[in-house]
Amino acid sequence: MEGEQKMSVMTIVQAINNALDIKLAEDKTVVMYGEDAGLEGGVFRVTEGLQKKHGVERVFDAPIAESAIVGTALGMAMSGLRPVVELQFDGFSYPAFNQIISNVSRMNNRSRGMYKAPMVIRFPYGGGINALEHHSESPEALYSHIPGLKVVVPSTPHDAKGLMIAAIESEDPVIFMEPKRIYRAIKQEVSDDKFSIPIGKAKVLTEGTDVTVVAFGAMIRECQKALVMAKEAGISVELIDLRTIYPLDKETIVNSIKKTGKIVIVAEAPTSFSVGGELMAIANEEAFLYLEAPPKRVMGFDTIVPLAKGEPLYMISPDRIFYEIERTVKF
Amino acid sequence: MIFNDFNPLEDKIFRVIDNDGKVINKEYMPDLDDETIIQAYKHMLFFRTADEMAVSFQRQGRMYTYPPCLGHEAIHAASGMNMRDQDWLVPAFREVGIMLLKGVSMKEIFLYYMGNEEGSNFKKANHVIPISISIGSQYLHATGIGYSVKYQKKDEIVFTSIGDGGTSEGDFSEALNFAGNWKVPVIYTIQNNQYAISVPVKNQTNAINLAVKSVGFGIPGVKVDGNDFFAMYATYKEAVEYAKAGKGAVLIEALTYRKGAHTTSDDPTKYRTKEEETEWHKTDPMHRLKKYMDHKGIWKENEEELIEKYKLEVDKQFEEAENMPPYKLDDVFQHMYVDMPDDLRKQKADYEQFLTWKESKK
Repeated sequence: MEGEQKMSVMTIVQAINNALDIKLAEDKTVVMYGEDAGLEGGVFRVTEGLQKKHGVERVFDAPIAESAIVGTALGMAMSGLRPVVELQFDGFSYPAFNQIISNVSRMNNRSRGMYKAPMVIRFPYGGGINALEHHSESPEALYSHIPGLKVVVPSTPHDAKGLMIAAIESEDPVIFMEPKRIYRAIKQEVSDDKFSIPIGKAKVLTEGTDVTVVAFGAMIRECQKALVMAKEAGISVELIDLRTIYPLDKETIVNSIKKTGKIVIVAEAPTSFSVGGELMAIANEEAFLYLEAPPKRVMGFDTIVPLAKGEPLYMISPDRIFYEIERTVKF
Repeated sequence: MIFNDFNPLEDKIFRVIDNDGKVINKEYMPDLDDETIIQAYKHMLFFRTADEMAVSFQRQGRMYTYPPCLGHEAIHAASGMNMRDQDWLVPAFREVGIMLLKGVSMKEIFLYYMGNEEGSNFKKANHVIPISISIGSQYLHATGIGYSVKYQKKDEIVFTSIGDGGTSEGDFSEALNFAGNWKVPVIYTIQNNQYAISVPVKNQTNAINLAVKSVGFGIPGVKVDGNDFFAMYATYKEAVEYAKAGKGAVLIEALTYRKGAHTTSDDPTKYRTKEEETEWHKTDPMHRLKKYMDHKGIWKENEEELIEKYKLEVDKQFEEAENMPPYKLDDVFQHMYVDMPDDLRKQKADYEQFLTWKESKK
């Protein structure tokens, strides 16, 4: 089988569509719904064509009611289906928050394992697309803080496909955050076959010796641009893509810090009480004696993501990442 | 009483003029002088001119997005003309006409869709809440404001609005349940324009209409032809009297058609047919009011000249919006808190340090 893989060039949108298509085809318990996600294929067209192919009973439009979308999905998950639901934007996951925090995340524990919640809640996240309010947010810390959930954020088409398949096959509920800013910006050869990428495993994208940079989702591309600047400045950066926020791959991070002695964390969410804070805690708890500089967060302000005119001031740019990398290395 | 005579349980619809502008329900015709009717049409003409220009500015890349109000003019004019300065407007995001009549400027509307929060800082509009992007959530705020003005014994009425899709949100039902319970002076409008982005009303609910939802909350409800200015005007007039008499809230379903896209990012050809659009165009609110005025022989203005005049006005407002001073770092932070935490000040200072470094590298 190996070596004969058929590959196609895909964007993240196409890769997720392909993963959903594969799972819908092979597993009749998979159903998929959300606002405009049926006939139209979602506002970003991630589910385009799936209703036509798999039928309106399995791929359909939901009324505008995020709490109902997630709450009904839990009902389905407890009774033999594997729902994948789409919430239209990051900021529209909040109306569903009660169902997520009070029920989805707890059902397995509440029922002592009798009722599981094998479901995926997917939504586009992040800024940089000149959007309206509630369309630019990065709520990974909110969901990672809830016991019982797994939180996944891919950064490439390949990872998006493999992680989506793993998410649908997960017996635990998965929050699947899709980097909308790079939905179509990156094209990559992806295998047409079914494959999955384990949830909870980070990936070292670039090996380096001077400093560890940890990021995920749309920030990976910004970090890669910063790495070019770092290279010119003679700094060797090890870049880690988390891929899963929870459960966090501590081993990969700690091993890298032990090698470089320095860590810079890049994310677009507000700085305080963030994934960045968690990574700094891990650095301190598990690699304290290896640290040669204070861990640094390059993250959003503790503000609302401004509308388009102010957004460039908020978004993390490659030069800002480089600036903090250089300061950390020179500490 | 309109609210008694058109029972939503029987799926009745309240209408005063037909598609040709002929009066078909004379007893309900609101008592309006010619001047007011002409003024209503002028309002609608201004709304439509401004709306079409907004779409065109967006197409030119001078605004990021815009939700067209094309086709909603009668609802906007009728509700706006029934609002006093002290009354409250709690909008969703497709109420530009009502906002204008409440004193919001096109400049502010443009600023918002250019991506500047200053567009929600309505300098000359009294009691207008910023638009609500989070679907349906504004209905609850309207209920709360209703409680507040009642508690404070103020002579103020609250107008709020939602789309047909928004009626699926829990907030819609919860707001109306509270409203019935508290008997608040709130006029709840549903602008039923047939589509929640791509999803038609029939896929949102199995109810025979949306006005009928009022029954479960114990408040009066009526389904009105939202493209009939007179029907909308008469309904709002009655709703205002009901609220003023301390009787409480009402729900108005205004039946219309979103002639444009959901927003400029949307492509309606994906989910609706030309035939359907053509059918609805026959009900266009402006054509109907114009035909009524023509029958009566009261319209003597030169419409082309008026449009040219309005265009100049809208252009001026757009130019002012485009010439706003650049967005500053301070604008990101200054309104986050009334009492800004030190930590935020430090984040801003750190960023300024970075900007200094960036300058030095040039």
